[in-house]
Amino acid sequence: MASMIPAGVYRTSYREDMTILATRNSRLALWLGILLVCATPLVFGRYELGLLVNIGIMGIAALGLNILVGFTGQISIGHAAFFGFGAFASAWLHERYHVPVALCIPLAGLMTALVGLVFGAPAARLKGLYLAIATLAAQFILEDFFARAQWFTGGVAGRITEPFEILGWRADREETYLYVVLAWVIIMFVGASNLMRTRDGRALVAVRDHYLSAEVMGINLAYYRTLSFGIASLYAGIAGALYAHYLLFVSVEAFNILLSIQFLGMVIIGGLGSVAGSLMGAAFMVLLPEAVQALADALAGGAVDRALRLGNSISFLREMAIGAAIILFLIFEPDGLARRWRLIKAYWKLYPYSH
Amino acid sequence: MAADASPTAVAPARPDPTGPGRHAGEAQGPPAAPILAAEHVTLRFGGVRALTDVSFEVRRGEVFSIIGPNGAGKTSMVNCISGRYRPTEGAIRFDGKDITRLPTRKRAGIGIGRTFQNLALFGHMTVLDNIMVGRHHLLRHGFWTGMPYWLLGAQREEIAHRREVEEIIDFLEIQHVRKATAGTLSYGLRKRVELARAVALKPKLILLDEPMAGMNLEEKEDMARFILDLNEEWGMTVLMIEHDMGVVMDISHRVMVLDFGRKIAEGTPEAVLADPHVRRAYLGEADEVVHDVDEPAVA
Repeated sequence: MASMIPAGVYRTSYREDMTILATRNSRLALWLGILLVCATPLVFGRYELGLLVNIGIMGIAALGLNILVGFTGQISIGHAAFFGFGAFASAWLHERYHVPVALCIPLAGLMTALVGLVFGAPAARLKGLYLAIATLAAQFILEDFFARAQWFTGGVAGRITEPFEILGWRADREETYLYVVLAWVIIMFVGASNLMRTRDGRALVAVRDHYLSAEVMGINLAYYRTLSFGIASLYAGIAGALYAHYLLFVSVEAFNILLSIQFLGMVIIGGLGSVAGSLMGAAFMVLLPEAVQALADALAGGAVDRALRLGNSISFLREMAIGAAIILFLIFEPDGLARRWRLIKAYWKLYPYSH
Repeated sequence: MAADASPTAVAPARPDPTGPGRHAGEAQGPPAAPILAAEHVTLRFGGVRALTDVSFEVRRGEVFSIIGPNGAGKTSMVNCISGRYRPTEGAIRFDGKDITRLPTRKRAGIGIGRTFQNLALFGHMTVLDNIMVGRHHLLRHGFWTGMPYWLLGAQREEIAHRREVEEIIDFLEIQHVRKATAGTLSYGLRKRVELARAVALKPKLILLDEPMAGMNLEEKEDMARFILDLNEEWGMTVLMIEHDMGVVMDISHRVMVLDFGRKIAEGTPEAVLADPHVRRAYLGEADEVVHDVDEPAVA
């Protein structure tokens, strides 16, 4: 996380030195990026906007998992279950207590955080593989709960959810829901960036890097290990709630262990311990199947297809590509897209001189 | 600030206002109220006795060194004080309170800071963040106020503490690496960052486990100067384990010698050096052999 500050940037106060984004240009670029996303409904169709919405939702969930896995150095293979809990909680809050949807989303996040704290309690004592198994148990326990708790989830039939609405403004289409997701993405990512530059964020990283000396520094290991589960679940819950009010229907099958693995894939591909990387990883994982699908469509019926007799199995390329991407990233880019992005920036900083 | 506090035993007296008084004991020193007292501490691992009935006191404001051969129990003693180990028998009192059973994490708050023999920095954090972790128990803003950074005062707190941390950075002369990732630094610098992190705790007592191990002469001189300044200007009591006898004899007020987990001597550096037990146990028989061989050559 070494800083990369170009020559000629002089900071004259600690406040300036502690900003999230180092330079005026990077701040400008961010604002420009947000503006561009805001403008996409003018250009893109519903399908492309749906992809953007998905990237945002998955990005929030991946960021939560990154706080747990990347920053605190723990492991969870049950993230999808918390994501699902958030989705059901939001739907339930609206249907049972008629809480406005806009409020349901943060409330569902808080409820999921509480559940996460419960399932995170073993993390105070377990590490590594043992913790992985404990979180796997959380995944299956919650999945089972979803299937059985009819009052909460609607059981196997699932639950219809209401679209997002605030002050009479309904966001029931991609063109409008995009802004809801964008707002939450900004809130959650700024929150995480702030967290990482304050006391508790540093404590989480300290627990990861050297827990013995963290303890000597006065850090309560059990508290922070459990807390990181709580924060991860908060993110998962909010992402899940956003997902529920986007699809307008939630059902148990969506939140299986495959999704948990996909979240892990996003975090690894994006870059462990990188806030921005979480969004990059989510974008990669959402867009990769699209790219592979496009490739498969291009291949279908072509010379390669005929020669290898791929036929219907060409669609499996999609599934295989995800696995291959994770493996390739682990081998060639273990620090993820975030590091590649830094290297590209470093290259342009020195361009046209290579040293 | 005098830069020539030499860690070698043969160097002339330090140009220090207290001068040789440091070696002469506590003539002008602080009141002798002990800040730390170990009472009959025994530490056993199964059948192995790491420490046997060790008692000593560290007085407020002094530099107290523990020396002894490898495996003598020096680090075990420091681990008992910092909470990593719990003595099997005996008690440890800090500032008059019994802390034998106090959890490790609560010892930062009462004023005990430490460094480790084998570097224990947070390798992926910047130097600045490493030192800020040292402020952990002094900071009040948790995650719920930290996330809305600007709204609830977390930023103000961060800036205030950053200011104090910068003073420590200035003092230890690590300004040039403050934004570097700690794991990428050279050994000597990492030792210095670790000291900075311990100082950031604002400890009353700072435990230094071999602060100069593996350093070259220049780095040792710097470190000795830092330790002296911490003691004299920052008012910290220092408990240090160190193998370099020159440094120990030069900057300590008092020295304790451990051998096979037992205390065999305690006192001023001169007294300890003169102690026949110490000469035999710590410095070894070789001393006499060398003496025997040297005599005729000189004559």
